[in-house]
Amino acid sequence: MILFALVAFSFALAPIAGWLGGRSSPLVAAIPALLFAGFAAMLPAFGGPGELGETHRWIPSLGIEASLRLDGLSLLFALLISGIGTAVFLYASSYLKGYERLARFYVVLTLFMGSMIGAVLADDLVLLVVFWELTSLTSFLLIGFSPEEAASRRSAQQGFLVTVAGGLAMLAGVILLGNVAGTYSISGIVERGEMVAAHPLAPAIVALIAAGAFAKSAQAPLHSWLANAMVAPTPVSAFLHSATMVKLGVYLLARLSPVFEGSALWVTLLTGFGAATMLVGAVLALRATDLKRVLAYSTIVSLGTLVLLIGIPGETSSMAVVTFLIVHALYKACLFLVAGIVDHETGTRDSSALGGLRHTMPVTAAVALLGALSMAGLPPFIGFAAKELVYETSLTASASWLVVGVALIANAVMVVVAGIVAIRCFTGDMTSTPRTPHDPDAAMLGGPIVLALLGVVFGVAPWLVGANLILPAASAIAGEPVDYTLSLWHGFTPMLALSLATFILGIAVFRRWDGVRAALGRIRQIDEWGPDRFYDRIMDGLQSLARRQTRLIQSGSLRGYVGYTLSVTAIAITASFLLRGGVALPSFTEILQPDLALVVLLAVSALAVTGARNFVSGIAAAGMVGFTVALVFLFQGAPDLAFTQFSVEALAIVILLAIVGRLPFRERDYRTRRERLRDGIIAAGTGLTATLVLLSVLAQPFDGRLSDFFREASVPEAHGRNLVNVIIVDFRALDTLGEITVLALAAIAAAAVISGLRRATKGTRP
Amino acid sequence: MNSLILRTTSRAVLPAALLFSVYVLLRGHNEPGGGFVGGLIAAAGIAVHALPRGRDALMALLRMSPKTIIGIGLVLGLAAGLPALLMAEPFLTHQWAFPGGVALSTTLVFDVGVYLAVVGSVLTFLSYYLEN
Repeated sequence: MILFALVAFSFALAPIAGWLGGRSSPLVAAIPALLFAGFAAMLPAFGGPGELGETHRWIPSLGIEASLRLDGLSLLFALLISGIGTAVFLYASSYLKGYERLARFYVVLTLFMGSMIGAVLADDLVLLVVFWELTSLTSFLLIGFSPEEAASRRSAQQGFLVTVAGGLAMLAGVILLGNVAGTYSISGIVERGEMVAAHPLAPAIVALIAAGAFAKSAQAPLHSWLANAMVAPTPVSAFLHSATMVKLGVYLLARLSPVFEGSALWVTLLTGFGAATMLVGAVLALRATDLKRVLAYSTIVSLGTLVLLIGIPGETSSMAVVTFLIVHALYKACLFLVAGIVDHETGTRDSSALGGLRHTMPVTAAVALLGALSMAGLPPFIGFAAKELVYETSLTASASWLVVGVALIANAVMVVVAGIVAIRCFTGDMTSTPRTPHDPDAAMLGGPIVLALLGVVFGVAPWLVGANLILPAASAIAGEPVDYTLSLWHGFTPMLALSLATFILGIAVFRRWDGVRAALGRIRQIDEWGPDRFYDRIMDGLQSLARRQTRLIQSGSLRGYVGYTLSVTAIAITASFLLRGGVALPSFTEILQPDLALVVLLAVSALAVTGARNFVSGIAAAGMVGFTVALVFLFQGAPDLAFTQFSVEALAIVILLAIVGRLPFRERDYRTRRERLRDGIIAAGTGLTATLVLLSVLAQPFDGRLSDFFREASVPEAHGRNLVNVIIVDFRALDTLGEITVLALAAIAAAAVISGLRRATKGTRP
Repeated sequence: MNSLILRTTSRAVLPAALLFSVYVLLRGHNEPGGGFVGGLIAAAGIAVHALPRGRDALMALLRMSPKTIIGIGLVLGLAAGLPALLMAEPFLTHQWAFPGGVALSTTLVFDVGVYLAVVGSVLTFLSYYLEN
């Protein structure tokens, strides 16, 4: 119950977050802080259980459960999400002061946090997918925070389409995985890991799930959306697009790693795409000048590193994944928030135009330096331990020279980026900026300071996180207990030599950064042939296809639409009759004998509709048809149906009366003789088809199982004697919920269309 | 549409329709009726009231936007399914209680949700055709 309560808590508090945040109150940070405290209490170090599982019934008929499970890995993620969330909530209360739509911002941010926590706690794959997609949706709303700007809209749409398309692939993989394993429970699947990995469908599962994870975690070539997502306000970039959401793909891969780590395809996909992403991110990071973009590309490098590490089997690799994950979340969130401060205070975040800020913003400069040193992986920061682990893992990989080479380049670029953010902007001569900078208030500095200090504290005292956070999480990834002592000093090892080489390479590139950036910037092909342009081409193609098919089908004439719809239906049904051996006719003695008077009335009123000369008589005749059908229902023993039909007809007449007042009383029939013939054929053909369908249905023996069930179960199970209503509100209540939702959407959509039409015609009417 | 006949008859039709619609809603579980039909009847009654009087009269009668009524209906429909989750049963498994022989259930909450969603939808659509 406690896990369920924690997830529900973050969703339920969204309105309060909106209220507090909308008034820019720093108290809003209490919401993530409470969650953080709740999860911290789960740590064994504080007397918590460390592991916990609970299951609630959800869709038992499909074997889907609302089961939540807390273990080392999910606890680590939950702490990162709520902890960095606290820093970000506090920061935004000052950073976004005075913005419009602030309440909405905080509501969505809180919903995002709840979805994230739900996703990492979910033990059921379907539940995980639901929360996963919710994070995509909230990310869309947050990237599109300024919908007036075209770049904001495009980026929001791009991020959404890429992650959701990946999510669809993942859903397919999840369903396959559930069928193969016989359960959707992640822990159950991990237990049956060998059986699942040996199944002939395993390669398809691996490919589909990897596609979803790669899209979410911005692996090349699906990385462009992440860089473009930087149009979002900086707190969003720090929270969603560096520290938490983009790690969800990494999380899922880590979760399933015990199952698939023996699969050659898994290893190839993860190491291949991971390494490619590291290189792509590295090149792009060196080309950019916008601080946020530089950081975003370095995030892509880090995500590639994480995917690569998961692809390499072994205990060390699990340790490396977890340590690197923590380190990255700490320093990247810190540096993003610093970049936001710089932007906020100076009015620009173009790193090539900034310098000497340490004179005016000494505290910010110190924070930036601490964060950057951890990013560069210098001792005694925990970043150093993480980098050593990355090298240690890389050395165990197959084709290790290649992996180590890629890791060396990636880590050297980290050094460069750290230099750009902390040294380039804060040292040297003061440059003139649009605004006069000074250190911001405590709300904006508090989070970055804590995050930066943690990087040092965890480095000096690695036992603080080692046994409490890292080992349990690494054990979850490895699928067995991991024993490893985290420390900064390992003696003279190949890793130390590689670290040294990293700094030398990194510093060398940083000193020539202007030249390197210019040289890389001249490679036009990256802009012209990169995946971002490819995305535009796909979208343009989609638009032109839509335009073409609209021109083809959408004539704008209501009569045309009705004609198409009826003809296609009639032809399709007739075709299937012909293909499936013709129409079956019932023995006519079995057909219920309706009142002859009703049949005549029905026929006459139907004919009257076709002969109606104006709207009013048409409406009246159509109403006659409806009322007569209701009478048929009534006499055939379906009083509920008759009742509803009567009400619908009455209401329809009232509404038509309202509309008819706005239409010309007498519409001239402008159709040519030929067109009238065509319409007549369509009408007669459709009527004939419908009759044949009904006759065929009646020719089938009646299967009474369902109606028997409802008749027997209605009173004891649903306490109601009216079968129709009991089915609507009880047995098939979920369908009804869907139907009233559709009804509501239809009404709102129709209202939008009508009000649009009225606005458009207002100018032309007196 | 400002006809004297409609204006006069609607004065009687509106309360009768609303009362009847609630009656139909409540009896629906055992006799012909239910939230859907009830909603249609109520919507027809309100429509007859609003047709001769215009949109402002409709808004004055409802005291809220018809879209809000749709929202309340959908929320009630959703909320009716939640108690089942607390009882560790699938979503929308209806819960019953019989204090003193009176049958109370989440079914009724659900049916009221359907009723309001229907009323709101019809009136949302209709409101754009009313004169001001």
